[in-house]
Formats: sequence, C-alpha cells, structure tokens
Amino acid sequence: METASSEITWIIIAGAILTYMARFGGHVVLSRFKSVPPRVLAALDAVPAAVMTTLFAPVALTNGWPEAIAMGLVLLVGLRFNMTAMLVTACVSIVALRHLFG
Amino acid sequence: MTDADRADFLQGMKDCVPIVLGSGAFGVLFGALAVDNGMSMYQAVLMSATIYAGASQMVGIDLFGSNVAPWLIVLSIFAVNFRHVLYSATIGPRLKSFSFAKKALAFFLLVDPQFAESERRAERGKPISFSWYLGMAIPTYCCWVTEAAIGAYFGKFIGDPTAYGLDFLLPAYFLGLVIGFRRRRNWLPVVLTSGVISVIAYKTVGSPWHVSIGAIAGVVLAAIMVKPASSEPVADYEAGDA
Repeated sequence: METASSEITWIIIAGAILTYMARFGGHVVLSRFKSVPPRVLAALDAVPAAVMTTLFAPVALTNGWPEAIAMGLVLLVGLRFNMTAMLVTACVSIVALRHLFG
Repeated sequence: MTDADRADFLQGMKDCVPIVLGSGAFGVLFGALAVDNGMSMYQAVLMSATIYAGASQMVGIDLFGSNVAPWLIVLSIFAVNFRHVLYSATIGPRLKSFSFAKKALAFFLLVDPQFAESERRAERGKPISFSWYLGMAIPTYCCWVTEAAIGAYFGKFIGDPTAYGLDFLLPAYFLGLVIGFRRRRNWLPVVLTSGVISVIAYKTVGSPWHVSIGAIAGVVLAAIMVKPASSEPVADYEAGDA
C-alpha cells in the first residue's frame, strides 16, 4: 500500500518544520551557554568529516571493484588538485571501470 | 550594496559552481524518482523547496512507496537531518554579525555543501559575510528546486543515470570535502572510525541509519581524544573557535 497523496503533502510539511528546527536549534541551544567545554568543541570540530565520511564510505567499500578503485583514484587526485578535477576523475574513471568490469 | 558586498556575492557564486555541478544529477534524479514513487510534480518541488536536504528527501520518497506509518516517515526524515543541529551549533558563532532575520534565512539554507564551504572559508581566515553566504546559497537553492521540477517532468527520458557515472558524483564530492578538512586535529582517526562504523552499520542495520551511527562514532571519538589537561580551561563558544 502506498501513502495517500494528501498524507504525503502533510508529511513533507512536518518534515520541513522539523528540519528547519534542527538547522536553527543547534545554535539556539549552544548560544544559551556562555562557554562550552573543550570536549564539546572538539566534537563539533569533527562533525563535518565524520558525517561526510559516512556518505561515501559504504559506496566505496560495498558496491564492488569499479567504485572502490574509482574512489581511490579520486582520493589520489584530491590530495593534489581541486574539486573540479576530482569530479572529472570520478565521472571518467567510474564509466571506464564499470565498462571494464561489466 | 557596497563594492565589497558585490565582490563577496560574486565570490560566493563562484564557490558554488562545483556544488551545483556535483549535486545537479542528484537533484534531477530526486525529481524523477519522486514521481516514480507516486508523488505529483507539485509535491516533488514542494519537498525540494521546503525540506531542502537531498539524502532525507530520498529516504522520504523511498518510504512513501512502502507501507510505513506517516509519523515514522517524518521521524526518518528528521533522523537523517539531525546532523544539522551540529552544523548549526558549529557555524552559529561565525554568523555573529547577522541580524535575527538574516540568521533565520541563513539557517534555512544551511545544507551540507553550504556548511562545508563556510567552514572552508573560515579556515582560510576569511569572514562569512551575508553577501558571500547568499551568493553561494541562492544559486544552489534555485538550481536544486528547478532540478526537482526538471526531473519530475522529464524523468522517463533520462533513462539510466549509472550509464554516465552520474550516481557516483555525489559520493566523490563528499570525499573531496573530507579531504579538504585533513588539517583538522584528529582528522585521520575520526575519518577511519566513521568510515568503518558506517560500513558495518550499512551492512547490518541498513540505510539511512549508517549515517547517524557512523557520524556519532567519529564525533564521540574526537571528544574522547581531548587531553584531560586541556579540559580545565573552558573555551568561549561566542569567540567562534568551535
């Protein structure tokens, strides 16, 4: 059974409100404190790398050889060159490797 | 608008080019999949325009197609987007010069790449001005909403996005952002922990929970690795060194 159309609209609106609360709330809650312990600051400092790693690691390690090798190539390019070079490498290498292994 | 504002706005527009290119295929793919899962074009566009968070939107449309209670779908969207609490807390001190209304708008537009680019700019010692922030956020937002409409309208003509490697662009983009953070303290242990734990969670608990579980593992590790001696003085949140 699929979700009814009118329900979908309400789910979208509720999801949007909660997402906005998350985006505004983190700052509102922390700015109430005059000072924050170093552990909290270290945790916050680690947030972007921690979250974004989870968005590519499973793709690199569970999808198969083409994705694993292509991600390795993107990593090597990224240590030396900028984002555009990485994205071009990603596109070209994944198409070639999928063709090769396909 | 002063010349400095105009320059900042243009710099922001320049900085968002790789993001618009990297997320473009993803935005169109969302629109196409949304219609495929029983949503109207209007609902697909509404979702991109109001929730404005790709991964959670994908989770939402995935659940619309199954027999899952509405409140549980809302909770899943919120769980995937909970990381924004941390973004908000991290970036808040950098937006000190913004008025309340400007902050309210800035936080609405705080998507993953907006956060990452803001952190990168701050790391280079440049201030996050409202002009730069909007120069980056407005094109990103407008493209994202337009892409949902394009995907919903032309979905059936795109065919298989994997044939052009478009599905691989977004993960590669996130890898690029993570590489950009490599000078932060404890970067390698955090990345390895989050990476390994997220892969295990992906295999056992399943998507999308691997995002929250993997992220929490890395963040907790960073908190544990703080040396006890340095936990005596209490840092100032408002100073912007978060």
